[in-house]
Amino acid sequence: MAMLEVKNLSISFGGLKAVNDFHVTIEKGQLYGLIGPNGAGKTTVFNLLTGVYKPDSGSIELNGVNITGKKTIDINQAGIARTFQNIRLFKDLSVLDNVKVGLHNHHPYSTLEGILRAPRYFKVEKEMNQRALELLKVFDLDQEADFKASNLPYGKQRKLEIARALATDPKLLLLDEPAAGMNPNETKELMDTIRFVRDNFDMTILLIEHDMKLVAGICERLTVLNFGQVLTEGETSAVLNDPQVITAYLGE
Amino acid sequence: MSFLSYLINGISLGSIYAIIALGYTMVYGIAKMLNFAHGDIIMVGGFTTFTVVSTMGGNPILGILAAVVVCTVLGVTIERVAYKPLRGASPLAVLITAIGVSYLLQNVALLIFGSNSKQFTSVVNIPALKLADGQLSISGVTIVTIISCIVIMTLLTTFINKTKMGQAMLAVSEDKGAATLMGIDVNRTIAVTFAIGSALAAIAGVLLCSAYPSLTPYTGSMPGIKAFVAAVFGGIGSIPGAMIGGIILGVIENLSKAYISSQLSDAIVFSVLIIVLLVRPTGILGKKIHEKV
Amino acid sequence: MKMKSVKNKTTIQNLITYAIVIAFWVFIQIWSKTGHMTSLLNGLLVPICTYVILAISLNLTVGILGELSLGHAGFMCVGAFSGAFFTKAMADVIPSVGVRFAIALFVGAAVAAVFGVLIGIPVLRLKGDYLAIVTLAFGEIIKNLINVFYVGKDSHGLHFSMKDVASLNLEADGEVIIKGAQGITGTPKASTFTIGIILVLITLVIILNLINSRTGRAIMAIRDNRIAAESVGINITKYKLLAFTISASIAGVAGVLYAHNLSSLAATTKNFGYNMSIMILVFVVLGGIGNIRGSIIAAVILTALPEMLRGLNNYRMLIYAIVLIVMMLFNSAPKSIEMRERLVEKIKGKNRKEAA
Repeated sequence: MAMLEVKNLSISFGGLKAVNDFHVTIEKGQLYGLIGPNGAGKTTVFNLLTGVYKPDSGSIELNGVNITGKKTIDINQAGIARTFQNIRLFKDLSVLDNVKVGLHNHHPYSTLEGILRAPRYFKVEKEMNQRALELLKVFDLDQEADFKASNLPYGKQRKLEIARALATDPKLLLLDEPAAGMNPNETKELMDTIRFVRDNFDMTILLIEHDMKLVAGICERLTVLNFGQVLTEGETSAVLNDPQVITAYLGE
Repeated sequence: MSFLSYLINGISLGSIYAIIALGYTMVYGIAKMLNFAHGDIIMVGGFTTFTVVSTMGGNPILGILAAVVVCTVLGVTIERVAYKPLRGASPLAVLITAIGVSYLLQNVALLIFGSNSKQFTSVVNIPALKLADGQLSISGVTIVTIISCIVIMTLLTTFINKTKMGQAMLAVSEDKGAATLMGIDVNRTIAVTFAIGSALAAIAGVLLCSAYPSLTPYTGSMPGIKAFVAAVFGGIGSIPGAMIGGIILGVIENLSKAYISSQLSDAIVFSVLIIVLLVRPTGILGKKIHEKV
Repeated sequence: MKMKSVKNKTTIQNLITYAIVIAFWVFIQIWSKTGHMTSLLNGLLVPICTYVILAISLNLTVGILGELSLGHAGFMCVGAFSGAFFTKAMADVIPSVGVRFAIALFVGAAVAAVFGVLIGIPVLRLKGDYLAIVTLAFGEIIKNLINVFYVGKDSHGLHFSMKDVASLNLEADGEVIIKGAQGITGTPKASTFTIGIILVLITLVIILNLINSRTGRAIMAIRDNRIAAESVGINITKYKLLAFTISASIAGVAGVLYAHNLSSLAATTKNFGYNMSIMILVFVVLGGIGNIRGSIIAAVILTALPEMLRGLNNYRMLIYAIVLIVMMLFNSAPKSIEMRERLVEKIKGKNRKEAA
């Protein structure tokens, strides 16, 4: 059974078909790339997968479970976590707390236990701190744990978003342009980190990216989106050498 | 007959709300801010006319002109000093500042004029219109108010559609960034919007005080809030919406005063606001806005 | 290692806040024991506690949840009336005023919490300016409704009316408890400064512990980025409503404290209207949005100062207005922020030079 199975997914905004008959199949453990020119509808696909938009038609199955049309928080609990193209951190919270918000649903205690400082509060908070620091360490952010998130440099903010998404313990991780705004060194480092996450967290990853070096370097399969439709899909090297794809990117 | 008379008075009150609501809706549409102090500009207009006519014994026309000038200058000054520096700041900060300005105007007026209510002499001297053998009497103020509202509405629509400044206003309300790129002076456009809105508030103030002749530093506060309700009701940013919203609200208020309870009429007006915002947050004529993710 | 230091820092900051409140209590005790306290100031002590509690609770909505509420006085009003009503209505059942007052505090909190939920469900679907104006509308509606509300009691139990005393149809020995616009008279004056301070401390424990817990983090996450919070599985509606309700409930407690300090309680524009809501907002803004300790200090200073400096009282509201505008321009204007940042950098640069 595939980790993600999307069929005939469509949505239109005011008559404009933003995504039309989109489909993708991602196997467990795969590193999958979604590419395409600006405005092709890539982020809209992410928004459909995470319940930000409700599709007009089509189905989304995660690990055999139908999650089509469900709410964002239910989809997160079903196992999809994401990052955003325009970084969306909890800017006034500390780096550590950003990750702890991600851990929220897996480390419960009640509001009353929190207010009364019940024993469970101390126990769970301690677990959360440990787990959050472990995650931060993966992204080399543990030294900045007590920084305000908005005070981190840009590249680290992107990494923190990934750490926060991982904290929700997802099965499938969606990364929306993780390398945007990074220099070549940072991008290279990020590639290693993404591979590390896939291997060590047993993760399936779908990413949107414009940096072809990164895509060619880590993605095993690609889907190319153009004008809201799937232009082609397949093995990375084959797709990248497809003349259709080159035309779509460079124009006629 | 009594129903008809309540209805006409409601339309008249609603016309005043509509004139105030125009100021709210234009400022909201263009500067994207809720100018909480707009209601208090009405009060300043009322006091200016009062000072010119009752204290100094001036001509009522002079009184109205003075109110328009004072309010326009005041509106532009407030925008320049308090709101312009906050462009780009959080909406919360802007709203709190506007509340501060509202309080400032009220309390300055309190220090100058005291808290006792002043008897406002109506600036309208035309006799009441008697219809149906004198059973239905429509006061001069009512007639003037309704006519003023129609005239203002027509002039404003023409101004926006036919003049360069009007088109600039539309452009800024659509997209500030794009308007700047097209060579429109956004700051100037916003200042003009405040000027027009404040001038209208002055006229509304004079009409309001002529119809309900007791004037205190708090006179503008409730009508101001209700006019905002009217603007929301009609669809914020829409000029015909402000007009429709104002009149419907005035009618609802007057009829509930007459047939339900005068103490609860405000509560009923506010309930209308809550229901409108929950059922159709964009109002009758408003546009829908999508949040980008 | 670093982690521990942050956690300790928050704990120490919170302890300082508690210490300030206790020190204030000790200071006032000494002042009044030595006999220098004026009756004017003495009369201000319970109101100060009321305002402090209100400011802290409003800061939960404005600073932590990040939504502007202009109807906070409405919840205080609901608490005040339900609490005072309870104390008066139960006079025969529970003879001890102290016990009745203690229960009344819970009654006020509970009724205000119910209103918080009822109002919060529709209101929290809105955002920004609309939310603010709707909370204002609810506050005014509550005030208006209470002004036409009549409750009486006789041997048959309670009678309600929205018209007048006569339509309560009370027996000859019946007693009118809530009398429309005249409100409730003869509530026992059970509130004291010490009780006020205890309530302030309890409020602080609730709010500070809430902020530094899983729930508080979720609420602040929603404030900082609603869409991101949703994407990590935070239930937006639940936590928004929770914060709003706790805030309302604590305002209700403040109302009970306030009501038991007055022999006659009526819902006027001044005490429960929009003016009161704005006054509390001024405390929150001056103390720093999101800064709980700041709210306390601002509420104390802005209440005591105009009363103490004779003549200043006439200018009190004017001062509030100027405080709001200046604070906002100073704290939020992009130019001002930039200027301050440059200033800080300059000072830092100077220090570095001196160190070198």
